[in-house]
Amino acid sequence: MQAFILDFEKPILELEKKIKEMQDYAATEGIELDDEIARLQEKSRKLQEDVYAKLTRWQRVQLARHPQRPYTLDYIERIVDDWVELHGDRAFGDDPAIVAGMGTMGGEKMMIIGHQKGRDTRQKLYRNFGMAHPEGYRKALRVMKLAAKFNRPILTLVDTPGAYPGIGAEERGQAEAIARNLFEMTKLPVPIIVVIIGEGASGGALGIGIGDRVLMMENTWYSVISPEGCATILYKDAGKASIAAEALQLAADDLLKQGVIDVIVREPIGGAHRDFDAAAEMLKEAVLKELAPLQQKDAATLVAERIKKYENMGFYENYSRQSA
Amino acid sequence: MVWFKRKSQGLVPQKKKDMPELWVKCPGCGEIVYKRELERNSNVCTNCGHHFRIKADGYVNLLLEPDSVQEFNEEIAPKDFLKFKAKKRYSEQIKAAIKKTGQKDALISVTGTLAGREVVLCVMNFEYIGGSMGSVVGEKIALAADVAMEKKCPLLIVSMSGGARMMEGAVSLMQMAKTSAKLAQLSDAGLPYISILTDPTTGGVSASYAMLGDVNIAEPGALIGFAGARVIKQTIGEDLPEGFQRAEFLLEHGFLDLICPRPEMKEQINRILDFMCADSPSSKELKNGSVEANKLTEAKISPPVDTDKN
Ligand SMILES: [Zn+2]
Repeated sequence: MQAFILDFEKPILELEKKIKEMQDYAATEGIELDDEIARLQEKSRKLQEDVYAKLTRWQRVQLARHPQRPYTLDYIERIVDDWVELHGDRAFGDDPAIVAGMGTMGGEKMMIIGHQKGRDTRQKLYRNFGMAHPEGYRKALRVMKLAAKFNRPILTLVDTPGAYPGIGAEERGQAEAIARNLFEMTKLPVPIIVVIIGEGASGGALGIGIGDRVLMMENTWYSVISPEGCATILYKDAGKASIAAEALQLAADDLLKQGVIDVIVREPIGGAHRDFDAAAEMLKEAVLKELAPLQQKDAATLVAERIKKYENMGFYENYSRQSA
Repeated sequence: MVWFKRKSQGLVPQKKKDMPELWVKCPGCGEIVYKRELERNSNVCTNCGHHFRIKADGYVNLLLEPDSVQEFNEEIAPKDFLKFKAKKRYSEQIKAAIKKTGQKDALISVTGTLAGREVVLCVMNFEYIGGSMGSVVGEKIALAADVAMEKKCPLLIVSMSGGARMMEGAVSLMQMAKTSAKLAQLSDAGLPYISILTDPTTGGVSASYAMLGDVNIAEPGALIGFAGARVIKQTIGEDLPEGFQRAEFLLEHGFLDLICPRPEMKEQINRILDFMCADSPSSKELKNGSVEANKLTEAKISPPVDTDKN
């Protein structure tokens, strides 16, 4: 696959290339260059730290959309054993933009549901760019109820540029499908963990995004509208998306401050696309850590606390919510 | 909770001396209709049935007995917590919207009686930043559900909204989750929730509480859908079919229980609530002519079906 390089990644990748060349040269020519290589490696580490500490929100959006970023099935392949994919909503069809199935992670059996994007053109079309139809949300709900029946926790992985805006989607009730999931997920008597692994665009993301703990990977975004959509409304110009991204405050640390998410999951330096295995391990570790305390709670407590969690989201003037 | 009596503002304000204001051109049929007559018909064209958009107070007067109405939580106001700034600042938009509508945000919540039965009613106001749903709309619906549960009475929401309020970012998205969670709680308490969808009900509002009624009722011709027509057209690159995303389209595809013209709305809702709620002692007495039967129905509402055993 041809490498896709973001502008701010360039100096880092050039330096890494130089280090690699020097290592190769030292090996083939039998020359001692260890000091020089160590110096460059240190320089590269510092450069990465600098670049990634100062990423703008728009650069986070670009990383979240990086075409080489790991998708749901990339994670499942690495950290889930005994995976059995389940298909279909039992009403209309099977939506490849959402995958669902049973598996074991770190010894814990769980139902896993996630948006799935495609890597090459054919796969992208097949997965509809991770934009689900109503049958995708209904499949998700069906398997979540299955998890509840057999008392298994649920993990959802969110990565979508939005629910698909098309005629068929409207005919089959995109709004109802998403609304129904919000309503039903509230009442599921098993732990639900949600992780934003890439793009979290609006209702299409939230449709599988109700949980007891909501995690966001470091280089992802989550908001009520895409930066392009926001820019089109505000400036009649999708090209002003970088400005809109700043206004929306859609990065992980923003959402933590706003009380929308609970935890930020760190990524390998340079982003999840630089090291799938490490990113998957970090995801797994974070999920298992959040899951353990939830499994100590009975169903009634889980649901009551879940409702309370969402009740507490909001900012007001002249008023503050009384916790009952 | 602060309870207070809100002065009814009537439907559409009239300037008596302004003669042309007495008449209005109907966008449905193009006829010039007498405004007084229009108002007598709940602002529905007597010629073609076109439903003119009315203010939030209009629905309160349409559905509830005026003397019974008490607004609550009207003091909760929006906050520009992101310091959202595009061409206009959100804080300035809030100020302008409050001035324009006399409301703190895009939804009013009231208690009152519908044909003598106590209900909690929320009505959105499209004139307030496109009826968009932010923190305040979400909170007021959550609190309205709490009041309905406290009083063991039905909840009604009249939706009229372009969707979630962009200027509150992800927090406005979370209001979809919050309102749906509260409706799930209300549902588990066995209480009725009637969703009334008016023109327009789109985006995040359609994808949360507007679609979650035990019964979904729409006004004729109302625009209802998830994605905006412009976005769909852009995505698929073709024109949209006639009547796409109108109430009749949604009824045909199975997402509405009924379409009901505004003048008949109250009567229909009353029938539905009659079905859902246990008979009150007085109505039982009328039907049975017996006082004996009354003693069996102490609760106002039918006992909830046990749904939390899944
Ligand atoms: Zn007309």
